[in-house]
Order: sequence, then structure tokens, then C-alpha cells
Amino acid sequence: MLSKRIIPCLDVRDGKLTKGIRFRNNIDIGDPVEAAREYYEQGADEIVFYDITASSDRRDIMIDVVRRVAETIFIPFSVGGGIRTVDDMREVIMAGAEKISINTEAVLRPPLIFEGARAFGSQCIVLGMDVKKVPVHGKTPSGYEVVTHGGRTYTGIDALRWAKEAEALGAGEICLNSIDADGTQGGYEIELTHLISTNVHIPVIASGGAGKPEHLLDVLTRGKADAALIASIVHYRTYTIYEIKSYLKRHGVTTRMIW
Amino acid sequence: MIGIIDYRAGNLTSVVRALNHLGESCRISDDPITLAQSSHIIFPGVGAAGEAMANLRRTHLDKWIIEWAHAEKPILGICLGTQIIFDYSEENDVQCLGLIPGAVKRFSTNLTHDGSDLKIPHMGWNYVEFRKAHPVFRGLPEGSEFYFVHSYYPVPAQNDLIVGITDYGTSFCAALAYKNVVAVQFHPEKSGRPGLTILSNFCRWGG
Repeated sequence: MLSKRIIPCLDVRDGKLTKGIRFRNNIDIGDPVEAAREYYEQGADEIVFYDITASSDRRDIMIDVVRRVAETIFIPFSVGGGIRTVDDMREVIMAGAEKISINTEAVLRPPLIFEGARAFGSQCIVLGMDVKKVPVHGKTPSGYEVVTHGGRTYTGIDALRWAKEAEALGAGEICLNSIDADGTQGGYEIELTHLISTNVHIPVIASGGAGKPEHLLDVLTRGKADAALIASIVHYRTYTIYEIKSYLKRHGVTTRMIW
Repeated sequence: MIGIIDYRAGNLTSVVRALNHLGESCRISDDPITLAQSSHIIFPGVGAAGEAMANLRRTHLDKWIIEWAHAEKPILGICLGTQIIFDYSEENDVQCLGLIPGAVKRFSTNLTHDGSDLKIPHMGWNYVEFRKAHPVFRGLPEGSEFYFVHSYYPVPAQNDLIVGITDYGTSFCAALAYKNVVAVQFHPEKSGRPGLTILSNFCRWGG
């Protein structure tokens, strides 16, 4: 059966990791290519890069990172951040990324999902969604609202409605990030993940809140997620990917253990 | 020199990168004369069968691939490339190259596992049970998984062509071999070390 995927997420600014990543011997790694290699060796099933470079005229730096990553690791990886057009997508895909992640850009202009899926296939297009819990009311019947710009802008769009719309437009996957859980290391938003995952027919990657292996177990079983995104839990070397996977395996989750 | 067939079916550069990493020289081409100088041919691809067959016919690569295979030179199909070498694909209801007897079928939409509906495409890492020894699939650690992205799967007319099977609510043929033709439904170029082992074995295989 299909294994549940464990996906480390790396934030990159101007070609450097925004947070130092601590590996063996407490060496601080600031190079995203080296970090990708390390996670590939540790058994990551996929890797996500978010380019948070503020200036769009420095995009070529990220393209160079993508190219070097593609020469180093031989598993799928996705790139998100600042991708606004099909041409932007093409550049990243030709540099070697398997998938493109779009978030705010898709909210501002939903046809971008369709255009990307038509040009490269749905399997290339990941919709990133940042979501916050809100009171249930007319505009947000699911009790979850889509936010953009890292959680600063409320869109008035219901999260469940947006997930279904994105699927209909051709998104191949949803990366669902709970702004409430993000950075807390207190566990994923199980209710939200379950709601979205059981209402769309495309894979859902849960994001935000991983602090210990139990949290991944919870979101992959009760939350019905197909994959789990992790950041601090591995960046600060609280756990290795292998330790997390071994834990999941012991608790009956199908996970890839040989690489 | 490994020749990689370019028929406008997705991004082929990941196959090139994997071969470069293995120290194999290769080139992507849609020109039969250039491709004919290769020792081995890789037939990759992501996309839909209908458009792929139309592109192959337009460039006459369809006939060339059949000639290559009949000359008993090694050829490796990957994903869509694997599906195209069968007689027929349900995707776009299209006649394909007919190098391997059999058809390509769509996953049923009502597949389940442990009571949950399975999503289509079948996307991610899955286990391949190798049932037969073959030089191209030699040296893979037990438990190796491979990366899949597909909604259709090959059904060879003869069961003895099947080398590896995978379970996704239904068992399907993930790897097969017929004379000088080997073909996989997964992406060896994106399947970590086990995938690289397959590519490396293929480059050393005499067919």
C-alpha cells in the first residue's frame, strides 16, 4: 500500500536557509542544498522549499538552488513562493523541481491553478492553503477561513469551499497549513485536516504544529492526512526523520523504511 | 551513450540528471538518426497517451521504436513510456505501439483500503514485490519502495511478463520484462537509491 509521506520543509531567503539547521555534531547548516542532501540521506520522502526572498529580481538565486538540489537528491521536491505565472512555473520545473506550490497567488487569481495543471499536469500543482479557525457564520460555514500573506490577511473565503474549488480547477494536492498550530510544536490541527481530507479526492499534506512523533501519528491516522510536513522538529534535531518513521511504523502506519 | 526519446511528454531532465549522477553519458533527442547511435534507449514520459501517440506518429518515432525493439537492443520504458509500448490504452481510447501484448486500464474509482476510499492518481511511494529475478532489478534491498504518479496501469496479456507487482486496492503490474524490453510504471529517477540501482543496472544490461 501507499506509504504515508514525511516531508521536511525548508524556508529559503536569498539562497540561504532562514533558520540554521542543526545536524550531527551540532554543525549549523545554512546551505539549502546541503540540508536537502542530509534529509534525503535520512529518508525524507519528499522535500518542500519555500522561497521567501522579498525581491523578485533575485529569483535567479532560487533557480540556481533548485538546479543544484535536483543534481543532488533523487526524490520528488516542490518549490513554492512568489510563483505568479505559468512561465514562473516552467522555470522552476525545468530547473528540476517535481511540483510547484502556489498559495496567495492562487487566491488572488484562481485560474492560475487551471493554467498550471493544463501546462504540466495536475500532479505538478500543489495548492498551499493557510487557514485559521474562525466562528461559523455565513461566509465561513466550515469554521475555517483562508488567510494569506503568512496569516496577516483574512480573505473571507471558506477553507473547505476553497479546497473543493482548487480540486475542481485541477490542483493535484493540497498542503494544508494551520496558522493556529504553526510554530507551536503542540500538534497538528486534526479537525481541520480531517475535514479537508475527507471532502476532497486529492492527497492532503498536513502542516503546522509537529513537535513529536505522536503528532504525526495522530494527523496521519485520526486526521486522515496522506502526508505530514515537518520543520522545527527535525531542523533543531529533536528527532531524526528515521526516528519519526520508526515510531510510525511501530504504530502500524505504512511508511517507507528502506532507502 | 544512452538515448532518451523526446516526444514532448513532460520534463525529461530528471532522467538526465539521474544518469549524469551515475556517470552515464546520455542525450535527449527526437531524431531517429541521432537516437540510433545509442547503445540503450530510455522511453520516459509524463502526460496523456493520446497526445503522446500523436506526437510519436508525427515524428515517425513510433515506427523507429518498434524497429529498435525488434533489433533486440535494450529499451527501458518509464511511466507513460511503459504504457505506450502496450497494444492499447483506455486513456484517450488509443492504439499504442504494440511491443508488448496487453492493455492499459484506468484505476477503478471505488478502490478502498481499510474502509477508506483510495485517491486517484496513485501518487507517492509504494512497495514493489519482485516475483522474478531479472538483471535490471538485481541488488535491490528487500522492502524497497518506488515513487509512482499515475491513474492508469498496464495489464500484460501474459502473466509471465510480470516481474514486479504493487498493491493499490488492486494488484497491478509495476515492472515487466519481455526479451530486450524492460518497463516500469514507477519513476526510478525519483525513487532514491533503489531507483538509481535500476537505472545503473539497465545501462549495463545487454538486453
